[in-house]
Amino acid sequence: MTANDEMMVPPDVVYVTYIRATPQRVWDALTKGEDTQRYFFGFRIEGEWRTGARWALYGDEGVHDDGEVLECDPPRRLKISWNVRAFEDARGLPPAYIAYEIEPLGETVRLTMTQHQPKPIPRKYHEGGKQGWPMILSSLKSYLETGAPLVIETPAPPQ
Amino acid sequence: MSEAVNDVFRALADPSRRALLDALYKRNGQTLGELCDGMAMTRQAVTKHLALLEDANLVAVVWRGREKLHYLNPVPIHEISERWISKYERGRLSALSALKKALESDDDGE
Repeated sequence: MTANDEMMVPPDVVYVTYIRATPQRVWDALTKGEDTQRYFFGFRIEGEWRTGARWALYGDEGVHDDGEVLECDPPRRLKISWNVRAFEDARGLPPAYIAYEIEPLGETVRLTMTQHQPKPIPRKYHEGGKQGWPMILSSLKSYLETGAPLVIETPAPPQ
Repeated sequence: MSEAVNDVFRALADPSRRALLDALYKRNGQTLGELCDGMAMTRQAVTKHLALLEDANLVAVVWRGREKLHYLNPVPIHEISERWISKYERGRLSALSALKKALESDDDGE
């Protein structure tokens, strides 16, 4: 399955949050390391943010996750492939596809995150994402609206 | 913001709506028809409950052609729990969850 075919199958998860901020501010928060380290378990994202470029998420011990930029339409839509690199036994797993849609609605935006996982992955990684993403997105909302992220702890590696 | 919080509590106050969320937790991305199959409710009632859950942002929808797929969206629940519960109970809850993990990993070893 290619990156384009995967849109034909329904996403595995869809998360939505409404944020009082401009689309550009939300875009920056998703794509700039100085923002992500405030709400995303302290990780810094780096990337060129053009189609075909690489991106990576850095923690204290190096690359935690990385992937390719598949669609880049600032400040409205970003689609990336996502490989987990931090855990030894996750390295051979097929990538997930993550898409962010940023829609302005008056003074707020609706941020929709969809995840496609075209090839099955071990349940523990799926469960890890299910716990992690809602925390990250609610922390992002809090960070942008109040300047303070929610206090969230770095999750333990999947057992 | 408080309006959004009210919507979440109002939506969660009804057992039928909680049953719909449970059904989506078990299998995400269901159509109205699929959700009706598992429920002892009329299609009309399910439709009404889903609309309320959507308004509260507890259910997110994706259109595939003419099919509307429903997804559990736990983000608003996290916003509420982080703002209120964690503020007071973080220390104790982390201790409990660490204890739970330790006990469960013991079980795995047997």
